[in-house]
Amino acid sequence: MSTNMQLIENHITTGIPLSPKAKLSARNVDVFYGDKQAIFDVSLDIGVNEVIALIGPSGCGKSTFLRTLNRMNDTIDICKITGEILLDNENIYDPKVDTVPLRARVGMVFQKPNPFPKSIYDNVAYGPRIHGLAQGRVELDEIVEKSLKRAGLWNEVKDRLHAPGTGLSGGQQQRLCIARTIAVDPEVILMDEPCSALDPIATAKIEELIDELREKYTIAIVTHSMQQAARVSQRTAYFHLGQLVEVNPTNQVFTTPQHELTEAYITGRFG
Amino acid sequence: MIDSSGTTMTTTTLTTREKVEKSLARRRAAETRFRLYGMASVFFGMLCLVVLFTDIASKGVSVFQQTSLTTDILLDSRYLNLNKDSKVEEVRFANFEGLIKRHFAKSLQPKSRSEKRELFKLISPGAAWQLQELLLANPDALDTTISIELLMDDDVDQWFKHDRDLTKDEINNRLSEQQLTWLNQWIAEERLDSHFNTLFFTNGDSREPELAGIHGAIKGTLLTLMVTLLLSFPIGVAAAIYLEEFAPRNRMTEIVEININNLAAVPSIIFGLLGMAIFINIFGVSRSTPLLGGLVLTLMTLPTIIISARAAIKAVPPSIREAAYGLGASKNQVVFHHVLPLAMPGMLTGTILGMAQALGETAPLLMIGMVAFVVDVPGFINDPSTVLPVQIFLWSDSPERAFLERTSGAILVLLSFLILMNATAVILRRRLERRW
Repeated sequence: MSTNMQLIENHITTGIPLSPKAKLSARNVDVFYGDKQAIFDVSLDIGVNEVIALIGPSGCGKSTFLRTLNRMNDTIDICKITGEILLDNENIYDPKVDTVPLRARVGMVFQKPNPFPKSIYDNVAYGPRIHGLAQGRVELDEIVEKSLKRAGLWNEVKDRLHAPGTGLSGGQQQRLCIARTIAVDPEVILMDEPCSALDPIATAKIEELIDELREKYTIAIVTHSMQQAARVSQRTAYFHLGQLVEVNPTNQVFTTPQHELTEAYITGRFG
Repeated sequence: MIDSSGTTMTTTTLTTREKVEKSLARRRAAETRFRLYGMASVFFGMLCLVVLFTDIASKGVSVFQQTSLTTDILLDSRYLNLNKDSKVEEVRFANFEGLIKRHFAKSLQPKSRSEKRELFKLISPGAAWQLQELLLANPDALDTTISIELLMDDDVDQWFKHDRDLTKDEINNRLSEQQLTWLNQWIAEERLDSHFNTLFFTNGDSREPELAGIHGAIKGTLLTLMVTLLLSFPIGVAAAIYLEEFAPRNRMTEIVEININNLAAVPSIIFGLLGMAIFINIFGVSRSTPLLGGLVLTLMTLPTIIISARAAIKAVPPSIREAAYGLGASKNQVVFHHVLPLAMPGMLTGTILGMAQALGETAPLLMIGMVAFVVDVPGFINDPSTVLPVQIFLWSDSPERAFLERTSGAILVLLSFLILMNATAVILRRRLERRW
């Protein structure tokens, strides 16, 4: 571990962290929980219509970094963030920025499926309702149907839209949560280990779905499964102890990693 | 391998197993012992409860019967100085008591003044009121002979219900030889009998035990609890939501939290003093009223409701909040669309339990004058009244045997209310409980 510490001290990210078509850009981001620093000087671009996978051992700060991208960490009192995160060249940590429209633009899917204890329909319709996206019932029905179809859940639930969302299976619940997120029509979707609570079949469905969603959305996904990162992402970012170690095209990271730590991680020597 | 080291291996394995078995016996014994302690505790608790209920029920159940005497009596218009067109006030002032006395003096022929007095003592003062109510309800009954079940005095009532099979020497009673002769004569004529005691449920308090009822106390209790509920539920829930969801985490909030927890442990009589000092002396709320009682009980119930409501809010899983925040819901929307509906069953349960606590509360209400002797049934929250537990306290202080019976009867009614409320809380919790 001491050699790892040496490798990471005063680290400069290897590879290509920046992108010419950046949708979201993090610049020199530090995150603190109280006195403890969780993220050290991370700069990373997430390009339009790309899937970027954030990988790394547990506690490396990849989830924390993901949550800074739509200011979900605001709900934690002791969390302090410095640096800039630009969404279409506007700093989302500007004091003038309201988190409500920000999170409508940058949606999030969580590790554990967390449907509201309401009907399937109400789960999907909740976002459009609070943001006033639909004029009347008919339009809302359309949004719900479109979102469920895009999430690949429509055929399974179209006959029981008013059954409770919590009654679905784990994989269906997670797709319901994705449908709920895309119903608001966000520009970026953040996914925090969306398949960690699911079986391989449900995981395959979600991965397929992520690939389809890329056409329309920009996606950042945190995952513990390197196969998953290899399957769904175009670029992969490797985090270690709060530092961004390496960012490169996915096939390159998994075949010829540049950094020693990345190689150690993907070959299974730790983590 | 096995052959060479077989012996040593076996010894070590055996000792380990023996050790485990030895400790197993000890662990099992501990478990059995603890189970016995538990069963003994439960049994002791149940025994206390059974003794309590049996005692109260055995003393109180006779209150639901009341002794009366079936009599044919002429409503003499000349004696009452009434006619068919008499106004209500005139009927109210007519001498029905005299009419009853004259009727019994005629039929039983008491020999002396003292015998006459003994005879009249058998009949409740409520009998005159019965006749008056009957005539008011049915003015055509004037100058006809009507058959009516006249209310008997509480001494007669107690003798008839408990002692009539005993001899005079065995009865520690205030009835004389002559009175017992008359009573036995009435029993022989099958005129003296006990019926369901409706007066107990329709009358307010009275100095005469046979006329005393719990209607006033029940109405007062309901009005007081209504005021308490209307004030404490919204205030308590609002405070809980603010503290749990909106309040900044700083020293000030901490002090508020500690004080709310302290308030829950303050003896209730202190709330009574506080209510007296603030609501009566400063705000001039009139004493003995359900409004005042409700205000004082609100002070007392608030900490209970706030604490249970906060626990219910805390129990809402953070994942639900995150999901809503992640969709761009504002703080207000997260609270009112998601947290509050999910926390509501817990809040309601806490509120009902707080109300049940308020229902049985006596001490603070003694301080604010609800211990007054109130005969009238209160109409609204600003009428003087009493509440059930205070009524029980009042009656338990009376020397008459009939009041002992009424005390137990009122306790039975109060306990029924309590069981009803607690059962509602349990059912509500079962019904509204959600799993996620």
